[in-house]
Amino acid sequence: MMASSYNAKEEDGHHPGSSNHGGTGPSSSKKPDNTAFKQQRLPAWQPILTAGTVLPAFFIIGLIFIPIGIGLYVTSNNIKEFEIDYTGVEPDSPCYICAQNFSWNSTTPCICTVNFTLQQPFENNVYMYYGLSNFYQNHRRYVKSRDDKQLNGDLNNLEDPSSDCEPYRKIGGKAVAPCGAIANSLFNDTLDLSYVESNGTLNSIDLQRKGIAWWTDKHVKFKNPAGSNLSVAFQNTVMPVNWRNPVYNLDPSDPDNNGFINEDFIVWMRTAALPTFRKLYRIIPKKSGAASTLPSGSYRLKIAYNYPVLSFDGRKRMILSTISWMGGKNPFLGIAYITVGSICFFLGIVLLIINHKYGNRSSSADIPN
Amino acid sequence: MTVLKTLQEQWFPLPVPLHRKKKKTGSAGGRWEKRRTEEERKVKANDREYNEKFQYASNCIMTSKYNVLTFLPVNLFEQFQEVANTYFLFLLILQLIPQISSLSWFTTIVPLALVLSITAVKDATDDYFRHKSDNQVNNRQSRVLIRGSLQNEKWMNVRVGDIIKLENNQFVSADLLLLSSSEPHGLCYIETAELDGSENARGRPKQKQQPKKKKKKVGRQNPVVKGVLLSPCRETNMKVRQSVSVTAELGDPNNLATFDGEVVCEPPNNKLDRFCGALCWRDKKYPLTNQNMLLRGCVLRNTEACYGLVIFAGPDTKLMQNSGRTKFKRTSIDRLMNTLVLWIFGFLVCMGVILAVGNAVWEKEVGSLFQSYLPWEPPVDNFLFSSFLSFWSYVIILNTVMPISLYVSVEVIRLGHSYFINWDRQMFCSQRNTAAEARTTTLNEELGQVEYIFSDKTGTLTQNIMSFNKCSINGQTYGEGTDRMGTQPKRLDFTPFNSLADPDFSFYDDKLLELVKVGDPHAQEFFRLLSLCHTVMSEEKSEGELVYKAQSPDEGALVTAARNFGFVFRSRTPGTITTTEMGRTVTYSLLAILDFNNIRKRMSVIVRNPEGRIRLYCKGADTVLLERLHPSNQELMAVTSDHLNEYGADGLRTLALAFRDLSEEEWEVWSESHQFADKATDCREDRLAAAYDKIEQDMMLLGATAIEDKLQEGVPETIALLSLANIKVWVLTGDKQETAVNIGYSCKMLTDDMGEVFIIGGHTVQSVRQELRRARERMVEMSRARDGEKREGMEGRAEACFMGNGFGGGPEGDGGGGKPLQGSSFPSPPSSFMDSISGEFGLVINGHSLAHALEADMELEFVSTACACKAVICCRVTPLQKAQVVELIKKYRKAVTLAVGDGANDVSMIKSAHIGVGISGQEGIQAVLASDYSFAQFRFLQRLLLVHGRWSYLRMCRFLCYFFYKNFAFTMVHFWFGFFCGFSAQTVYDQYFITLYNIVYTSLPVLAMGIFDQDVPEQRSLEYPKLYEPGQLNLLFNKKEFFICIAQGIYTSVVLFFVPYAVLSNSTQSNGVPLADYQTFAVTTATALVIVVSVQIALDTGFWTVINHVFVWGSLGSYFTIMFALHSQTLFRIFPNQFHFVGCAQSTLLKPVVWLTIALATAICVVPVLAFRFLKLDLKPQLSDTVRYTQLVLQKRRKPAGRSLGGVWRGAGSVSESRLGTRGGSRRSGYAFAHQEGFGELITSGKNMRLSSLGLASFASRHSSSWIETLRRKKNPHTPPSASGDSSPAPSRASGPVPPLSNSSSVLGGSQETPIEEETVTEARQDVPTVSCSFGQPAASGSARASPPDDLTSAAVRSHGTDSPGGWTLSLGTVQEALFGWKGTEVRVDASDNQESQHVAMETSQAE
Repeated sequence: MMASSYNAKEEDGHHPGSSNHGGTGPSSSKKPDNTAFKQQRLPAWQPILTAGTVLPAFFIIGLIFIPIGIGLYVTSNNIKEFEIDYTGVEPDSPCYICAQNFSWNSTTPCICTVNFTLQQPFENNVYMYYGLSNFYQNHRRYVKSRDDKQLNGDLNNLEDPSSDCEPYRKIGGKAVAPCGAIANSLFNDTLDLSYVESNGTLNSIDLQRKGIAWWTDKHVKFKNPAGSNLSVAFQNTVMPVNWRNPVYNLDPSDPDNNGFINEDFIVWMRTAALPTFRKLYRIIPKKSGAASTLPSGSYRLKIAYNYPVLSFDGRKRMILSTISWMGGKNPFLGIAYITVGSICFFLGIVLLIINHKYGNRSSSADIPN
Repeated sequence: MTVLKTLQEQWFPLPVPLHRKKKKTGSAGGRWEKRRTEEERKVKANDREYNEKFQYASNCIMTSKYNVLTFLPVNLFEQFQEVANTYFLFLLILQLIPQISSLSWFTTIVPLALVLSITAVKDATDDYFRHKSDNQVNNRQSRVLIRGSLQNEKWMNVRVGDIIKLENNQFVSADLLLLSSSEPHGLCYIETAELDGSENARGRPKQKQQPKKKKKKVGRQNPVVKGVLLSPCRETNMKVRQSVSVTAELGDPNNLATFDGEVVCEPPNNKLDRFCGALCWRDKKYPLTNQNMLLRGCVLRNTEACYGLVIFAGPDTKLMQNSGRTKFKRTSIDRLMNTLVLWIFGFLVCMGVILAVGNAVWEKEVGSLFQSYLPWEPPVDNFLFSSFLSFWSYVIILNTVMPISLYVSVEVIRLGHSYFINWDRQMFCSQRNTAAEARTTTLNEELGQVEYIFSDKTGTLTQNIMSFNKCSINGQTYGEGTDRMGTQPKRLDFTPFNSLADPDFSFYDDKLLELVKVGDPHAQEFFRLLSLCHTVMSEEKSEGELVYKAQSPDEGALVTAARNFGFVFRSRTPGTITTTEMGRTVTYSLLAILDFNNIRKRMSVIVRNPEGRIRLYCKGADTVLLERLHPSNQELMAVTSDHLNEYGADGLRTLALAFRDLSEEEWEVWSESHQFADKATDCREDRLAAAYDKIEQDMMLLGATAIEDKLQEGVPETIALLSLANIKVWVLTGDKQETAVNIGYSCKMLTDDMGEVFIIGGHTVQSVRQELRRARERMVEMSRARDGEKREGMEGRAEACFMGNGFGGGPEGDGGGGKPLQGSSFPSPPSSFMDSISGEFGLVINGHSLAHALEADMELEFVSTACACKAVICCRVTPLQKAQVVELIKKYRKAVTLAVGDGANDVSMIKSAHIGVGISGQEGIQAVLASDYSFAQFRFLQRLLLVHGRWSYLRMCRFLCYFFYKNFAFTMVHFWFGFFCGFSAQTVYDQYFITLYNIVYTSLPVLAMGIFDQDVPEQRSLEYPKLYEPGQLNLLFNKKEFFICIAQGIYTSVVLFFVPYAVLSNSTQSNGVPLADYQTFAVTTATALVIVVSVQIALDTGFWTVINHVFVWGSLGSYFTIMFALHSQTLFRIFPNQFHFVGCAQSTLLKPVVWLTIALATAICVVPVLAFRFLKLDLKPQLSDTVRYTQLVLQKRRKPAGRSLGGVWRGAGSVSESRLGTRGGSRRSGYAFAHQEGFGELITSGKNMRLSSLGLASFASRHSSSWIETLRRKKNPHTPPSASGDSSPAPSRASGPVPPLSNSSSVLGGSQETPIEEETVTEARQDVPTVSCSFGQPAASGSARASPPDDLTSAAVRSHGTDSPGGWTLSLGTVQEALFGWKGTEVRVDASDNQESQHVAMETSQAE
């Protein structure tokens, strides 16, 4: 009943409960319909947890998980991965000087070289990553500090970016393109890899810069503003404060890899979920023939050290990795599968014993009441 | 609509409708102001101009709250008065602050808007109907005297001061001053059925705003209802009103047109029983009282016409002044939920604080250094402020632990359950064409937790129909009882013998008829007495069509019996009684009526027959009457006494009959003394009694009658079943003690197996206290003795099992109930002990003792005594006391109470109990209007509680558990993520996912479970009443369960966060792109979450109907569909700034690693749950689990096994007969006079003759009133023709109690000896003493016996079983249950039950 419970119907006495005084005929019977739904007799499947269903389930889970786990583990183990930290924290590290003397204003990059040795040859395509630690790309303010409309080539937003980009929205009245903290903090170290032949000559390794971004990002999400010439399109904008090159000149080697659709930029813009992350930097394509992509031996990594991380205790790494069907090295998944599978199997056995010893249902199918 | 109406109330308990505050005329708020000005009301008849000065409200009523324009603002305003809504509004505002907003505004506004609009639509619909009903009422026609002529006017145009003509059966259109009527003395009769008991007449001052949590004790402090409540009589809804004598003469319109009296009276108020004013006319002043008023809402009855002056109109009428809000009942789950919501809120704040502290630390340690890449926002200049903002941000994102959809879902589920109750065919009474109705939608799950039932007797347990069942004439007993050979006796057909016979009368013993036909003098005198000695009045509309109006139904039954046996009472005058004896009309002159009273317990008439002989006929209680017999009757007396014992044992009400011949001298002498006594001014009563006593001596015994107070169908069975379900049934009745005890026995509340039935009848505080103490001491004593035996008899192991299995309910099972009986000063055994001994005792307490027992210092003593008893009967209680008893139990036992009743006197009880059930009987609809549930028959209660209530409780608990679980699992992920995102309140999921999670992805499966889930089929829950126990003990959802759910939710959230974290953080796709980007992580976690909670609901759902499948799979499907849609390029192209996740779905979900992660997370989440559930089921199965399992096993087997129960019954029957014999001592003589004295005088004075000739019949059969009600108890017109009895199958005729199954120790805990159900039956055939009582489903029982008996699987049988109303079976299991719950259950199906079962059979066959 509602707030005011007066009701003319009830005043009339025509209350449903008191109905039939007038001798309403059988035609107006109020008998509820005899439908399965209304009588709550819908046919139904009524599963019960019994020893007959639960125990096999445990064994099946175990039997499925363990082989998968082993497979994953083996696959993961076959993947070769090499990782080197070039932050330059320790005084003896080659990039120590660059790290210490970093200045935003320096026009010439500080170059440092790191030598390393691959014990095993890397076959097939080798993927080169840069990794950052303690870098909060997943911070709420950081994540939202971008303007997807601008990045999608919208001309309005190009010149008047969304307020989400604050404080990297405008500089001196001119819009920042690309705006926002993410773009502003674009990773701009350049890494060059050379193979050091046994005779000491450097053999530069061809690093492929394209094909490292998501297809949808590259073709849908990121678009350059309309216009034949990028520098014209971006003429009313300024580049982010931390940048050394304007957005239309990110990749001098390939004019199609400039502007918002620069793949390094796109990769960076896909923010990481966790403060320690890696991002694909280059692909070292497989060599034709039987030769290893990266034969074992000495290598030299030449770094243009532009990206300061020491201030917030960050780390920078370079990673080389091969890939299998399931991706890169991932020992956890395999181990987890094996563990869960084993636990299930073990639980199955324990429950079986418990059920056998103490269970009171499989032995006597009765109602103990 | 009722269902819908209540829905809204629950969500948004609203104050008085707004417009009332604004509108001057109709307002409550305004009323106060107005009242200040309106000190008194002046109304001048026939003078509209004069009256208009005062601007009295017109007779137009408006109960609607909105109009088209005001709807939106007013409705929204009302809705935001609900705390939950305001809370979400507050969140919404928080989200609009950019520094805080961690979620887009739409994540809150979408659900909020959804909820608000659903409610708004519902409110609008309600209001639309209210508009309609208002219009209908306002446009009713009434005859108004305008300028000397009667004109038709709409009700809304009637003005204060108008004179209105009312005709018979018309509604009173406003509060009128009765001016004149067509009846003598300006009398008129009104029926106030709708007024007194209705919700409109709550008596609560409307202006009192009721905060939703404020509790009101209705009844106790209710000044208005009191007038109704205090009267011990039933139904006070027929009233007489009388006009002031001066106006009574103004018979016709012409005179009235010139009437210009002025009424000065009190301002409008809500006091129904009071009116105070004065009429000034022709310079004279006449006081006016309530006696002169006709109130709106009443109906004019038995009065051709009357004229009234409108005093209060429209909103000023007492009816409208009383249309306050209904008392708002909340279930215990509601209260628990409120507590939990507060806890959750506290939890939320804690989480917020933890994360805010984390944020402070992070910003200080890391964030401040990270500023080169992510500077603080301008207003944030230090880490503390940042952490303050972060707190609010986290409050926003964590608020989903207590989502807005919780309330909506709970309401939807309850609504669904209410509809199931309304739709239940097995709670449909075809005789009355009434289906059960859930009038409140908010209480369903509480139906599964009832511990105490307070029942009215008349009309609820009994049909209020008396039938002449047996008699003993001259030492011979007649009646069906003599026939014990199993053949169904034929119902006698009286019509060929006697054209005046009442066709509804049924009697089965043709020997008696033969006796009368052959002219046996004893038999003839017997019936002559019955036709003469009574105070019944007859009405003969046409020749031979007699209608008796008896003061008590007993008398009616006796006179009707005499009528059918050829001694027809035709008519009476103050001095004569005319009868037709064996076709010959005889007129006796009535010399005196020696009326009944409580002390005399007898009545006599002295008549002179046409031959001039004077004879005294007396009927009365055997105890009184047998003392006054002539010594020569010794032998006959002994025989008759035996018969009386026999009848008493069968639960019949008995009367002894005797006569005495008086000589003319004796008569004259006595007559003189009588007249002298009659005229005495002092001690008249005593003198009369002495005079009566003098002549009622040396009487000759004629015999005895036995009248059956017909129970409603299935009452004993229902009570037995409810007892087995550990529900205590208390009968609170206005009847006398003996009657009540009789009924107690016949409906199996009291049994002879009870250790003792204590009767508390003290008149003083001291004696009551004494008696209560003594009773308690006795109980302790007896149960100690019995416990000793039990310990010996019972194997320790069985006991251990019994405890271990959780079926206990014994001493330790009460923990949840919390029985706070400590702290009492009187010496009593420990309360736990008192609790444990319940079940073997009965308590009968009298009205005046109860009054003492309810006093503050005795309450505890009374409660502890009464609650230790299995059955409690309170007699002679006033309606107010009924409510007090209920309140008492509510106060001290913290148990859920249910009150069931059918009359106005039950209203207070119904309102004060947690759940009120109204029996929509013939007593009017007051009880129904006040009730939360209504149906036509008491027996439906078992279905309401054991099936619907149980399911509702189960479903609601499962729903809540799962709901909290899924939201914790969902929300707590953010908490863990906080540690990895710098406590920045970054969400893990896409904001659309957050928006839709609760309202789309996970809402429907859990709703389907909450609405459709069943753990065991309905038949099983009637078969195993113990299944009801978890609800009473509150086992399925309590704080512990809540914490388990929360813990499970948090565990799930940990898994859902850390598994993807561990897997994805370092992994890459097969094209080398790392997987650890935020969007992939979000999609993976979200997908894992949806899958995990879907798997969990799949585990929780025990009853997979098509709908469940559709919802579960549909939800999963919708998740993926919607996700792909939201991540599609199309949407992104339109709103690039809104859909950041473009392409994420396909890119993520195509990766095998993602699926491996999801599978892993699911396994880790579900496996432990599965293992725990399995262990619980395996080691500590609940009864429901076991029943369910057995069901499964039986379904798999589908083996036929013989099930012939006949043998069993014969065995039980033979045992029972011997037991019946041993019961002889407990004779319960009935007293046919359940009424007050004073009627005899009325007859002899002739005062009521005019009234009786007025055609009372029509209204007597329809309605009742306090004084006329006793005339009314004629044969129930709704009784189905008992012709159906001819073909009674009577297969279930097993009578007698079950012998106690004392040594069956294996009934619990699954020892190997316990046979499975089929085997049980087979075994039972041999020698296991069991009773299987198939009641109310003759078709089913018949086929069950004839066909393969596996009725668990046989579809045919099941369908019978489900269709037959009240169909139930007590199988061995139940009886064995009884061992622990209720020792020695007596289940007896006797002949009367058979008869009833036939009615049911008819009903069933009609249904099919």
